[in-house]
Amino acid sequence: MSLVVKNITKCFSDFAALNDVSFQAEPGEFLALLGPSGSGKTTLLRLLAGLDQPDTGSVEFDGADYLKLSARDRRIGMVFQSYALFRHMTVAQNIAFGLNVRPAKERPSKAEIAATVQRLLKLIQLEDLGKRYPSQLSGGQRQRVALARALAISPRMLLLDEPFGALDALVRKDLRRWLRKIHDETGVTTIFVTHDQEEALDLADRVVVLKDGQIEQIGKPLELYRHPQSAFVFEFLGTSNEVPATVSDGVASFDGFTAPAVSPKALSGAQTVRFRPFDAQLSPTGPGFEAKVLSLLPAGSSLRLELQTPDGKVFETQHAHESEASDLKLGDTVFVRPSKVYVF
Amino acid sequence: MTTDATRDAGAPPFVTEGYKPPKATHKARVLPGFRLSLGITITYLSLIVLIPLAALLARPWEHGLDGVWQAISDPRVVASLRLTFGTAFAAAVVNLFAGLVVAWVLTRYEFPGKSLLDALVDLPFALPTAVAGVSLCSMYAANGWIGSLFAPLGIKIAYTPLGIFVALIFVGLPFIVRSVQPVLAEFDAEVEEAAQTLGASPMQTAIRVILPSLLPALLTGFSLAFARAVGEYGSVIFIAGNMPFVSEITPLLIVIKLEEFDYAGAAAVAVAMLALSFLSLLVINGIQLLLSKRGRA
Ligand SMILES: Nc1ncnc2c1ncn2[C@@H]1O[C@H](COP(=O)(O)OP(=O)(O)OP(=O)(O)O)[C@@H](O)[C@H]1O
Ligand SMILES: [Mg+2]
Repeated sequence: MSLVVKNITKCFSDFAALNDVSFQAEPGEFLALLGPSGSGKTTLLRLLAGLDQPDTGSVEFDGADYLKLSARDRRIGMVFQSYALFRHMTVAQNIAFGLNVRPAKERPSKAEIAATVQRLLKLIQLEDLGKRYPSQLSGGQRQRVALARALAISPRMLLLDEPFGALDALVRKDLRRWLRKIHDETGVTTIFVTHDQEEALDLADRVVVLKDGQIEQIGKPLELYRHPQSAFVFEFLGTSNEVPATVSDGVASFDGFTAPAVSPKALSGAQTVRFRPFDAQLSPTGPGFEAKVLSLLPAGSSLRLELQTPDGKVFETQHAHESEASDLKLGDTVFVRPSKVYVF
Repeated sequence: MTTDATRDAGAPPFVTEGYKPPKATHKARVLPGFRLSLGITITYLSLIVLIPLAALLARPWEHGLDGVWQAISDPRVVASLRLTFGTAFAAAVVNLFAGLVVAWVLTRYEFPGKSLLDALVDLPFALPTAVAGVSLCSMYAANGWIGSLFAPLGIKIAYTPLGIFVALIFVGLPFIVRSVQPVLAEFDAEVEEAAQTLGASPMQTAIRVILPSLLPALLTGFSLAFARAVGEYGSVIFIAGNMPFVSEITPLLIVIKLEEFDYAGAAAVAVAMLALSFLSLLVINGIQLLLSKRGRA
């Protein structure tokens, strides 16, 4: 186990930004820290980097007590959301910084440093831009320089705070593939913060879901998606529709029809159940919830519908292009029937 | 999509190799009435700066080039110019370091009495120069509070060039502090933290990361303090002793020449001062331009 975080609590005056947070990371693991704004992601990352101290709890890395080490001695590469590049240094000088500030005894020779810089410039695909200043780079290029600068110190662990937050959707998608590739090549334990569930599920070996300073669930992306432990996780990972139902023995009963109910706990009685857009079937006659077609939009390989029930509730459903949904028009009346629901 | 297919799988996308940030070809006009405001600017600058300077430049030539050269090359004038610019430069250099420390303490630390200290910095600025001159003189005289500490060591401060130097340090301090303070206060804490996580000691962070970003502000403060010190009169003449060839500053020499009704001579010396000041500012601005070319904005 390379990183072991136990019972971390951090308060700002009397507001608990982190409350009893514990998790572990295997050597070489790629971990995502997922949570809405203000859930404590940055706070946690800063504690790991040694930029802040927790009120209680422990942080161990390879058996060593990291809370006793200063940020300087932890050798943890951190990539800030704002990049935090040194503006008066060229790209190459930025990358070399961590090596240049080492004590004379540990510092590599000038030639070795230059070679490392070249290797990293190649890795981030900016070989020709070593002499540029950060102000002469695009956002995505700055992001990569910040990453190279952190990698230059051969970090024991890499922390990235919303690394693609400021970039547009297309660049994000490609950069995150590339980040994964770099991780797989260097094999350094990596924790990255995001509030984008798609990014977390797409990229990470495991995802830690944070809410209000507490861990809601930890798991592999598929596990998290298939077996969410709470309504929060279910809703955070994708679109969710809510309906009331009566639950017993893993079956949810509605007005005239039933659906299998998945639940982390053995719940029964009147409950609010949730279903995903693609766990819904449409039929012209029922049984199901009567609804009018509010909008009909292509969403990539499928068709997305918004349906409004007579009492004003709106469902979002998703169907194959070639299905019973493809013939519908705006204003048509259909019956929605969930094929699988979740209960928390 | 074809470009995607030809790219190496790991290539970070959407970055053209020759990328250059776009340069503004047209500056958007924020204020309306460009012609009117430019007209006002030029008229105002002409009345306040240009015309008096032109008059000064026209003044010294009644005895011809020779007369001007004689007035300027007079050993007493040369000695005073050397003293004036030399002490002004030395005082600005001292303030560069002292002012940086003061600005650092005032922005980086919280302590009781901080706002009082902060207000104190402006005092040399606000005090009438003659008042400053008289009080400095009494402090640094051989029987004054501070002067009496140095007198046993054989060091005389008041009535020597050293006294001028002290007075110029006094008047120059606020310029450096007030130039550096806002820049230091706005320095991005994350940049500093980045340096820490990369293994830099606090000293290395200060010298390699923070100081370079303060350089433009330090230079600005330096040129302001230097310019002020060159022209300083009130606070200096009391403490200087005003001995020709030793502790006589150029502005005083000009006054003396005026009192002797040597208007042409006074103007000649004034022009020499003007030229030297202009040259100094030119050099400092040149350095600043070089710095800004290095990608700071
Ligand atoms: N220095 C501080 N002083 C007081 N409160 C703070 C401080 N830093 C963070 N907080 C509070 O702690 C909580 C968690 O903040 P944090 O920055 O960790 O959120 P986050 O999950 O990173 O959010 P985002 O996605 O918006 O970046 C927030 O409610 C914030 O207001
Ligand atoms: Mg954050």
